[in-house]
Amino acid sequence: MTATDICLAKSNADALFQRKRIFGFAVPAVICAYLVYIFFAFDIQGLAQRANMENAVTLASDSWSHKVHVTRDNRSGEISYAVEGERKGRYPEGERPAWVSGDDIITIDLGGDQIVRYLPDNRTEIDLPDFPLIEVQAEGRTLTSNLETAFPGDLPDWISASNRRIGITTPEGRITLTGARTEVFNYFPGWELFWFTLDSPYHGQGVGQILFGDRIDPTRSNVTGAVYDWWNNAMWRHKDVMWAIGETLLMAFLGTMGAAMIALPMAFLAAKRFTPIMLLRATTRRLFDFVRGVDALIWTVVLARAFGPGPLTGTLAILITDTGTFGKIFSEALENVDNKQIEGVSSTGAKPLQRYRFGVIPQVVPVLLAQILYFLESNTRSATIIGAITGGGIGLMLTQAIQTQKDWEEVAYYIVLIILMVMFMDWFSGWLRGKLIGRKD
Amino acid sequence: MADLSLGSAAQSVGSIQSNYMAQVQRRRLYSGLALLIFVVLMVSGFNIADDRNAGGFWDGLGQIGDYPAEVLSEAWEKRADLPGLIAKYFPALIETINIAAVSTLIGAIAGLILSFLSTRGLAKWPRLIPLFRRFSDIMRAVPEIVIALVLIFVLGGGPVPAMIAIAIHTAGALGKLFSEVAENADLKPVEGLASTGATWSQKMLLGVVPQVAPNYVSYALLRFEINIRASAILGFVGAGGLGYELRNAMAWGPGRFDEAAAIFILLFGTIVFFDQVSSHYRNRLTEGQAQ
Repeated sequence: MTATDICLAKSNADALFQRKRIFGFAVPAVICAYLVYIFFAFDIQGLAQRANMENAVTLASDSWSHKVHVTRDNRSGEISYAVEGERKGRYPEGERPAWVSGDDIITIDLGGDQIVRYLPDNRTEIDLPDFPLIEVQAEGRTLTSNLETAFPGDLPDWISASNRRIGITTPEGRITLTGARTEVFNYFPGWELFWFTLDSPYHGQGVGQILFGDRIDPTRSNVTGAVYDWWNNAMWRHKDVMWAIGETLLMAFLGTMGAAMIALPMAFLAAKRFTPIMLLRATTRRLFDFVRGVDALIWTVVLARAFGPGPLTGTLAILITDTGTFGKIFSEALENVDNKQIEGVSSTGAKPLQRYRFGVIPQVVPVLLAQILYFLESNTRSATIIGAITGGGIGLMLTQAIQTQKDWEEVAYYIVLIILMVMFMDWFSGWLRGKLIGRKD
Repeated sequence: MADLSLGSAAQSVGSIQSNYMAQVQRRRLYSGLALLIFVVLMVSGFNIADDRNAGGFWDGLGQIGDYPAEVLSEAWEKRADLPGLIAKYFPALIETINIAAVSTLIGAIAGLILSFLSTRGLAKWPRLIPLFRRFSDIMRAVPEIVIALVLIFVLGGGPVPAMIAIAIHTAGALGKLFSEVAENADLKPVEGLASTGATWSQKMLLGVVPQVAPNYVSYALLRFEINIRASAILGFVGAGGLGYELRNAMAWGPGRFDEAAAIFILLFGTIVFFDQVSSHYRNRLTEGQAQ
């Protein structure tokens, strides 16, 4: 008898091992097969062709550097200097960067002995070490150059040339020449004009000078003036950026809290213990499921039609979706409350509302608060995304900055701010949770 | 003597009561103040949001049903086409689900490794625990849309940017949750394996993974639900799938509302379906553990 028992146990164990062994191989095999399928379904091979490495290089270099444009208008002969080529970053009349010299002949020193000269009569000389001197003459809409004699045979791949447009990219900068204008881009590391634009008197002043030095602008004190100029910086728009971050946080805060306030009473309706009527309970639950299932994306789209773009739409989208999620979580928490406490409260002659207030709420508050605070943090991220769709907050600024494909340092700035914002909310909600319901460990 | 002690007892009861009442008063004051601040924040926040919005709240409230009504009525008129449209957008739906599934898979594997590297007692390099923790914090903090938009610029539109973006966020989020589970894992099997000369990866795979697998799978399933929504949303900013089709259908406006309706139906159905399936399996996983 014992022998048969052992035999049975052994064969059972063998079968179990067999199953485990097959399982152990099957799971990785299925995962691999799925990844292979995805490789073809997503056309990863074709990605190499579609990927634009030039974009990647621009992005990587532009995000931490800036360029100063030296532009000659070939019709008027006027020369302008501007950071990022923007009107807002233009050097004031009579001022120019230190690496530009000369009056009739403008000499631009790109660094590394690479020199560009703007000569009279729309002529340009580009003097690169180890290469012959390049001369270009702009006439009307066409360009004549000595490129063919200077580089017999094929042009190097850092020069692109036609009779309308010549582009030269060197490690130090970039030169583009067309009939209408000649432009030199000189690259420098750092985010230029982050603190003050060129028209501010505080540009180029040290921190010590601003804090403790003599009054720079006679009409205002240094600190107020500096803060005002920084806050209204036209290049980096610190004021708008901060407002946008505020909007995003506002969307997350209003959406989460509003959802919690609406979901709490409704959760009582969905909990078996508090709502004996089946129909009412089922209806509330289906309502939660529906609201959750429709998803923030569709709510955003629908609400944007009614309320127009802006933070309110984002708030409502978060509010509606999270009402469903909170309703579900809260009603589950309410199902699990301990009856003893409620009985104790009701034995003192408490009315139903008092029973809820003193018997139920204290039990569920820790769970509820933990969930609400967790969602507050997660909704900060959602608000960024929803803002990009519905048009509000930092999400919109980020999408716009990326779509214009110009100011990658601004994109980098926004990304850093978004990450800091989310990490701050993460820390803040953790801190608040610790204060309100005590640490878990 | 007896009178005296009784008197002092009465007095102390009185003082306890007054102390208690004072404490209650203070508590009430504090919670009242907190409530007041909260209400002020909510009301002023709502007003700011209302001011900065293009349309007002009270005007919009009346129009909230207009768009769904238009879409529904048009979809109802063309209800015969609806099955065809659903079939038309089915491949896009598959793409959305695939994005979510692959990114969950990759994110879960990365999160698994990250979690072991950042858990006390399990880490391969205990000194680097804070580094890996910060690393997963940062991955978690970056909203998917940031990475997706940058990658769309470099890689062009399509599912891959969304996949990478969601996978990175998933790895960070799961890394944190996983490491909380792994902290409670029993170290005896690991020690046993160590005594046989197992390598670090063998110790993790054979000693820790079987203990934490139910919880991990349950978290990964929950993440999958979230990622389906995320991949639909990222599609809307150009990353392929159902969201992308939805944006196009929306851009066409009236006359093509039946297409939008078909996409709405698909998206709603998918989310509800996967919610149900995943919550069913999650319940089974956690209940199986309790037994």
